[in-house]
Amino acid sequence: MKSPHVSNERRLSRLFNIGLPYLWLGLFFLLPFVIVLRISLAEPQLAQPPYTALWEWIEQGVLQIRLNLGNFQLIGEDEMYLAALLNSLWVALVGTLGCLLLGYPMAYAIATAPESRRIPLLMLIILPFWTSFLIRVYAWIGLLNANGLLNGFLLWLGVIEEPLKILHTQTAVYIGVIYSYLPFMILPLYANLTRLDPTLLEAAADLGCRPFRAFTRVTLPLSMPGIVAGSMLVFIPVVGEFVIPDLLGSPGSLMVGKLMWTEFFANKDWPLASALAIVLLAVLVVPFVLMQRLQQDDEDGRT
Amino acid sequence: MKRRFWPLLSVLAFGYAFLYVPILLLILYSFNESRLVTVWSGFSFKWYGELLHNQQLLDAAWLSVRIAALNATIALVLGTLAANALVRHGRFRGRTGLELLLTAPLVMPDVIIGLSMLLLFVALQQTIGWPDGRGFSTITIAHITFSLAYVAVVVRSRLARMDSSLEEAAMDLGARPLTVYLRITLPLIAPALLSGWLLAFTLSLDDLVIASFVSGPGSTTLPMVIYSSVRMGVSPQINALATLVVVLVALAVVIAGFSLRRR
Repeated sequence: MKSPHVSNERRLSRLFNIGLPYLWLGLFFLLPFVIVLRISLAEPQLAQPPYTALWEWIEQGVLQIRLNLGNFQLIGEDEMYLAALLNSLWVALVGTLGCLLLGYPMAYAIATAPESRRIPLLMLIILPFWTSFLIRVYAWIGLLNANGLLNGFLLWLGVIEEPLKILHTQTAVYIGVIYSYLPFMILPLYANLTRLDPTLLEAAADLGCRPFRAFTRVTLPLSMPGIVAGSMLVFIPVVGEFVIPDLLGSPGSLMVGKLMWTEFFANKDWPLASALAIVLLAVLVVPFVLMQRLQQDDEDGRT
Repeated sequence: MKRRFWPLLSVLAFGYAFLYVPILLLILYSFNESRLVTVWSGFSFKWYGELLHNQQLLDAAWLSVRIAALNATIALVLGTLAANALVRHGRFRGRTGLELLLTAPLVMPDVIIGLSMLLLFVALQQTIGWPDGRGFSTITIAHITFSLAYVAVVVRSRLARMDSSLEEAAMDLGARPLTVYLRITLPLIAPALLSGWLLAFTLSLDDLVIASFVSGPGSTTLPMVIYSSVRMGVSPQINALATLVVVLVALAVVIAGFSLRRR
């Protein structure tokens, strides 16, 4: 028996459930990008706000629109911006590979552990992910210092005779990135590996396949969606990373996130910073769409 | 279970050591008497004492906690609504768009979110006069925008796995949809709601980059204070503060973990 109230409530719940998140994200997530795009086409000026308007009414009925492509031109021509962009992509690539090399065996070991141990092992992966990112990056400063604990330990072991300079080098950035983003790689991989059908491996074994071969021929191809998802979750945010290179990296090697920050706050060039953001977004669109597509396939496969 | 493969186990052990050794050393050195972070000169609580007298730091912490609590509460409501939309309302128009809007904040670099939010607030202030200056409200709005996506992920997976027979039984007995949702569904997904709230809370408490963009003079959050003092050099007081943060978060996660296991 359905009363008219029920269908009214349905309609209301639809309105709230779909409408409110849409409204919020449209206003505070989508609209800002439109504004960034608009400002990237403006020119800087010494006023508040520090950029020119894109259009103005010069007289009755005549609208003047001025689009300034100079910011993008500058980014394309000035070597500093290109170098920063390439450096960011490189750090993200090395970080992603590092996370994958360390994270895959870990995810695999957890996924194949006895069921009762999986949740505690997984909790131990999630715990650092919940604790402060800033504090975890900070912890490495004390470790990697010239007179820090790692050098002290290596000197004590006799492996090295002089302290290594690790802090404020590119190596420190790689370490920091792998350390901070490792859980982002392990969690999707774990989710993927536990959903694999174990009968496939049994079938492979029954047909005389050795465990290692079964891994490379069955498990590894089937875990590709997990690998791609984890890699994207690491790669995309690392390209724009700001804190890790600033605290651990060398001042000489710029990443695009830091450059954007400098243009915005130090040089007060809002249009150029916006243009950098647009370029960064454009670079990230491909991996982003890839991840989104994969996630959707995953959802469809499950239902 | 089959015989375990030892190289795999050693990678696992190395991975856990990699994750935990830096944090454990940090905690250990927070009890160090010496001002030099690398020299151990005896056990002491003195840095914790100094922490309690650092008014700038306490103010920042209080501001951060208030922002995080308000953020987590609103993000929980909006994120749960979004999760409902995706799990309960089938293939509505604009579904792909909502999925996209909920995935993007999870991976979008912080600098881009921060910059775009600030430019939005500046544009709004010019056109409608709000927000008048930046601080508590702008930081909270920015935090809600990215943390609601995390809440949606957590609540959505719980909703999708939920056994719907209790809801159907209540429906058959004549309960209206809203009553069913409030009396049956919400209690069933309560653990996910708790972990969603905690996740949003810690994300907000931890955010440096976005908050730095959208804060104004006079509104300094805890990560901003930590960051500026870390850039000056390592300080034992920050070790003590970090230890407190780590211990509190670990406690919260363990409690949330246990309540999730009980279902």
